[in-house]
Amino acid sequence: MATEGHSAGEYIQHHLQNLQICRVEDQWVWNHCAGNFWTLNVDSMFFSLFLGALFLLSFRQVAKKANSGVPTRFQALVEVLVEFVDGSVRDTFHGKSKLIAPLGLTIFVWVFLMNLMDLIPVDWLPLIGQWVGVPYLKVVPTTDVNVTFGMSISVFVLILYYSIKVKGVTGFAKELTLQPFNHWAAIPFNLILEGISLIAKPISLSLRLFGNLYAGELIFILIALLGVYQLPLHFMWAVFHILIIVLQAFIFMMLTIVYLSLAQEEH
Amino acid sequence: MDINLTLIGQSIAFIVFVYFCMKYIWPPIMQALEERRQNVADGIAASDKAQTELAAATEKSEAIIEEARTRALEIMDQANQRANQVMADAKSDATVEGKRLVEAAHSEIEQESNRAKDSLRGEIASIAVAGASKLLDREVDEKTHAALLDKLVAEL
Repeated sequence: MATEGHSAGEYIQHHLQNLQICRVEDQWVWNHCAGNFWTLNVDSMFFSLFLGALFLLSFRQVAKKANSGVPTRFQALVEVLVEFVDGSVRDTFHGKSKLIAPLGLTIFVWVFLMNLMDLIPVDWLPLIGQWVGVPYLKVVPTTDVNVTFGMSISVFVLILYYSIKVKGVTGFAKELTLQPFNHWAAIPFNLILEGISLIAKPISLSLRLFGNLYAGELIFILIALLGVYQLPLHFMWAVFHILIIVLQAFIFMMLTIVYLSLAQEEH
Repeated sequence: MDINLTLIGQSIAFIVFVYFCMKYIWPPIMQALEERRQNVADGIAASDKAQTELAAATEKSEAIIEEARTRALEIMDQANQRANQVMADAKSDATVEGKRLVEAAHSEIEQESNRAKDSLRGEIASIAVAGASKLLDREVDEKTHAALLDKLVAEL
């Protein structure tokens, strides 16, 4: 599909290119932004914000009308999700926090919706984009490493916040320097060990999600190169991918809860 | 693949969304869920209570029916006894009355016969006197022979 006039490599390259805008020499420039930090991936941000808003507004509708009577179908779905997240948080996080459960719900639903964009056939939205004059369009925000890092770094900040809130600055510093070997001579070694395990949390969190979705998207693109024969393969991979997108959303939520519960527990 | 401004944009969006969810979505839904849980618990408790009450009422009604049955049997027994009693009483009354009537009849008959005997005696005495006076051809003085006559009457 859509391979006429392109080589396979160009086709893939095109699909993996974000729509970008950046500031170069006091001017806004489209799509010539390689290596410039002051670049915004417009498509990632657009779909991410759009899906987040979709999630929040639809759930807000339910929350506004929520009562203890007979629920509507959508309300029942929302309640199932809320109870599921609440149960997961209660099982794992043994502190009191008003933040953790809504955080888990937001992560789960939002990441799921962003992953869900992966099931839209890879050419549809970019094709529509080209008709209306958008040269590049990457529709799955979670295949953008900036998006996944944006979330995992926010989670990392929360990990630091909870660690310091519960243990105090000295307690947190002790945890970083006096474990696993409680001896002054081992402090540098401990610091490296604990520092790596601390830094590894947000990096693994974001790269896991990014890697899974990026690979999934890449395989969809490769399947799309097969022409008519893509249909059964595409169907099979899409079915399998349904599992992956739910699982990755769940893992992101669950690990966030686990990291935060570890952060506020004394070791 | 480059790290760029999108990261910061996404972080801000993430924080805002989580805050919104925490403030405006989670509490009302949790509250509704809690209320529904309470409603369901209340409903189950009420139905349990109703069931217990129903069982108690059934038991009570059965006891009442049982009591009524016993009472009816008792009353029937009493009535039967009473009927028997009445019948026995009537029978014995009748027997007594019959006996009394028979006795009265007997005594009347006896009286009648005595009276008849007495009058017969008197008449026999007067006939005897008349016969004797005819035989003797004179008046037998009843007064003089009164003692004799009485003796005769007594012998009859």
